[in-house]
Formats: sequence, C-alpha cells, structure tokens
Amino acid sequence: MNKTLAPWQKVFIVVLLVLLLAVPWVPQVVYPVFVMKLLCMALFACAYSLLLGFGGMMSFGHAAFFGSAAYITGLVVKIWGLPPELGLLGGTLFAALLGAVFGALAIHRQGIYLAMVTLALAQMVYFIFLQLPFTGAEDGLQQIPRGTLFGFIDLRNDIAMYHLVLLLTVAGLWLIHRVVRSPFGHVVVAIREHEPRARSLGYPVERYKLTLFVLSAALSGLAGSMKALVFQLAALSDVHWHLSGDVVLMALLGGMHTVFGPAIGATLVVGLQYYLDAFGGWVTLVTGLIFMVCVLSFRSGIAGAIDALRTRPRPGP
Amino acid sequence: MTEVFGLPLPVLAGQIMLGLVNGCFYAVLSLGLAVIFGLLRIVNFAHGAFFMAGAFGAWMLQRYAGLGYWAALLLVPLVVGGLGGVFERGLLRRLYGLDPIYGLLLTFGLVLVLEGGFRVAFGTSGQPYPVPANLQGVFNLGFMVLPIYRAWVIFAALAACLLTWWLIERTSLGARLRAATEKPALTQSFGVNVPRLLTFTYAGGIALAAFTGVLAAPILHVNSGMGSNLVIIVFAIVVIGGMGSVLGSIVTALGIGVIEGLTKVFYSEASTTVIFVVMALVLLFRPRGLFGKEGAV
Repeated sequence: MNKTLAPWQKVFIVVLLVLLLAVPWVPQVVYPVFVMKLLCMALFACAYSLLLGFGGMMSFGHAAFFGSAAYITGLVVKIWGLPPELGLLGGTLFAALLGAVFGALAIHRQGIYLAMVTLALAQMVYFIFLQLPFTGAEDGLQQIPRGTLFGFIDLRNDIAMYHLVLLLTVAGLWLIHRVVRSPFGHVVVAIREHEPRARSLGYPVERYKLTLFVLSAALSGLAGSMKALVFQLAALSDVHWHLSGDVVLMALLGGMHTVFGPAIGATLVVGLQYYLDAFGGWVTLVTGLIFMVCVLSFRSGIAGAIDALRTRPRPGP
Repeated sequence: MTEVFGLPLPVLAGQIMLGLVNGCFYAVLSLGLAVIFGLLRIVNFAHGAFFMAGAFGAWMLQRYAGLGYWAALLLVPLVVGGLGGVFERGLLRRLYGLDPIYGLLLTFGLVLVLEGGFRVAFGTSGQPYPVPANLQGVFNLGFMVLPIYRAWVIFAALAACLLTWWLIERTSLGARLRAATEKPALTQSFGVNVPRLLTFTYAGGIALAAFTGVLAAPILHVNSGMGSNLVIIVFAIVVIGGMGSVLGSIVTALGIGVIEGLTKVFYSEASTTVIFVVMALVLLFRPRGLFGKEGAV
C-alpha cells in the first residue's frame, strides 16, 4: 500500500477519467444520472473501506452517515433555503459529527462487537429520522432543489451537476489515497496489524482510530449529500440497515482488504439493483445469495483476485 | 381510580405487561444468540430471520395443512431447527477458524435470502394469525385486564428460558457443551464429538427462535420484515448484558422490555430509540456490559 502507483494503474486512471468526462456528451449510450449514482456509491464504498479494509474495523451502520447527510443537505437547502455548497458542507459536517459520536462509543469494542454496536446505533438514527418533523417519514424529504452553486452555476442542468459530482468524487478518492500513504496512514496500519505493539510504542491508539472513523463518516456523508442533490430526495432507505449491508457487500465483492476495490463492488451492486429494481423481493434474495457465495468462496474479492493474479510467480525458463 | 405517577394504574400495568411480553421475546432470542455465540463463535445475524420463518411456519401449517396452534408449537421448532442444522453442517461449518466477521456476513446473507424469499412468496403485508381458541379471553386482575394469551406467552417463554438454562447448567449434555466452549480441542480428545455438538447447538438455538416466532404469530403481524428489526434490538441487548451469563441475558432482556414499555407511557416518541440510548450509556460507563466478564471485549 505504500508503493507509488504502477504505470498500468496510472494508465487505467487516466482512461477511466477520460471515459467519465465523456459520459455527459453521450447520454444516448449511458444515462448520466445513473453514472452520478455510481460515483456517489463508489465514494461511499471507498470511504467505508477506509475504515474496514485499511483500518480493519467493521462498521455495520454506515448508512447512518450516508443517510443523515442526505437529510441534513435536504434540510439546509430546502427548508432553510441556503445554497447547495452549504448543503453539501452541512451534510458532510453532520456526518463527521455523528461519526465522532459513533466512533467514541464503538472503538472500545472490537470485531463483531464493533459491528453490532454500530448496527444498533445506526438503527437509532433510523428511528430518529423517521420521527423528526422535517423528514416526511415514509415519504422522505422530496423535491430538494439543486439550486445554483456559488451563485452562478445552475445545478438544475444535469451536465453541471455531473461535473460537480465527478469533481467531488475524485477529490474524495484522492483524499483517501493521500491518507493511506500519509504518516498517519502508516500508524493506522501498525495499529491494525498489532494494536498492543503500537500502543506500547506510545501511539495514542484511540485517537488514531477515532480520527479514521470520523474521516470515513465524513466522506460517506459527502456521498450521501451529493446523492440527495442528484436525486433531489432523502429517503428512509438511505438510513436503513439494508444500505449498511449493501456497502458491506460492495466492500466484500470488490475486495475487503483493499481500499479502492470496493468501487468495483459498488458498480456491480448498483448495476444489479438497477436492473432488478422492478422485481421487488428478488433484489433482496439475489443480493443475499451473492453475499453468501462471496463469503464462502470469494473472500478476497475482485481486487484481491487481480492482485493475486499479478503477483503469481511466473514459471521459470 | 388508582393513579401512579399521574397515570391510571391499568394503563401503567398494561404497558408494563406489554413490555414484559416483548422482553420475553428478547430473552429467548438473546439466549439462543448467546448459546450459539458461546460455542460456535458466530454472531448469528439470521436469528431474527429464523424467528420470522417460525411465525410463517405456523401460518403456513394452518393455511395449507389445517394444523392448529399447538401442532405448530411442536412441529415448527423441529422443522426450522432441522433446517438450521443443515445450514450449519453445509455452509456455516466452512467458516470455522476464520475471522468471526465472516460468520456474521454469511448469516446476514441468509437474512436477505429468507426475507427476500418470503417477500416474493407472500408480499409485504402482514398475515393475520388467530389466537388459539382455548387461550382466548382475559383474566380480570382487579387493577388490570390480562389477556390470557399474553400471560401464556410470558409463561411459555420463561419456561423455555429456564429449560435451556437447566439443560446447559445441570445436565451432562450441558457439561459437555460448556467443556467444548472452554476448550474444544481438549474436549474432542476426550472422545466428545464436538462437530456434532456444534450442529446440535446451532439447531437448538434456531429451534428456540422458531418457537418464539410461533408464540409471536398471534400477537405480531406475520410478515417478512418482522425478524430483522427484532434482531437488531436483540444485538443491542446482548451488548448491554454482555455475553457472560445465561441468566444475565434473560434478566437484561426482561428489564429492557419493561423499560421500553414504560417509555411508551411517559414519552412515546422515544420508545423506539430508548434501547439504543441505554446501550450507548452502558458502553460509556461499563464497556464490557452489565454481566460481561472482565477482558471479554
């Protein structure tokens, strides 16, 4: 993880960026709003994986950050009538704050206990948003206006919205990339690999874990805020435990021990749900089956499998 | 009319009773969860889904086979428990020795499969299930009216809990089970068939969940989502009580049920969140849980 990008990775990133930049000009080939959803979920999955794949902490309540940021963005933009940049900021900050609370309560527990605690806390957030007066309960917070960014970029235009989402997603992923390679990141790896040793070396383990938790929550929140603006909707499904499960599946499918693999997982899961959407319970059923197959026989995920292929020793002459 | 805290006594007593009924469901479920976790080191996310399958089992027996409540109470736990055993033998077993997270994820996958499956088959609306004829009616206790069925639920659930406790703590089977929990390799070397014990334990925990499902069928609407909301609450209860002792988890579950019932009376807006608030407070002041053992974090 400490190595610089390999040449093939650089080429891959450039090609991907060019393709993504081309999307809004060929709406007859791919639907830009669908790609925006993909981008939001990819950022969400990578933010989640910053905690799981990189930090080694499994949260089962990440929908709380995604969904509450969506609701807060809706509140700021629709109810308070403030511009979208403040909506995004408000949503992200709220998610970060919530992450600090969750983190402070959860990091004392490890492994499955951490998963159970975060799941329970997220369920509490779900019920709170179900009851708060502005959220519209089962109907969700609808018709959130996209507004004009900085007073002169009209986001009602899908092309402008698309570029904002792309820019913020790339910025978020870049931030994750930098965090992973920073001195802070090295300490996090040390804590993940051998917590007592890191502690004995004098590192304030709790503070590092909490910081990572807050970062992951804030970026998940950014993804949720963007989603609220793109679809002009913040709904209960954004805070529901199903979404927490979906993001775990994205991480598992893409590669639980990698940081950017989950973006691949996000693409697959969102695509699957998009095509199965009309079939009701079948989405849940198929998602569950994929989950079970992955856990039983594909635990390294797609990115893990690619890594294994690349590092396989070549047959000698 | 007698008043307590400015509320008529029947209202207060009624809510405490409702809380106790819920607490009984929590108790049997968290008991099964704790026993499975103790031996298998697996957090069985699918516990709620098997509870739901139990309720559906009772409903289906009545609808398609014409079998009533009492037959369901006997048959459904056997069948669903057997299915649980098959699941453990065929799939869950492959994950032993790996990070326990994978067990949680596999059973989570099973939750989605079961929930999605029942939704595809029966839709999302609740199916009604009648209270059995010989348990209809109420006891009039003077200060409150107690529906006979709810009294039966409390009795049956507590009996199931005590029976499980007795089985684990007082029989030779339970002694082997506890030995396998502490030192699986050593127990196996003494000739105890530990893998079979694991299957048996998992099936037993699932049968308890299915039994609770049948008990709940006449009270809650039988629908595909009824288990998962419950299992998240049970997780919180397990965190609150700690996985240390069997009796501890029963006491915690009943207490939480009553707290929930009382919250409905005094501040109903918070009744869905109060359990999680209690969990947060316990985590702050006693991270290992009320009855958790030292070091078992």
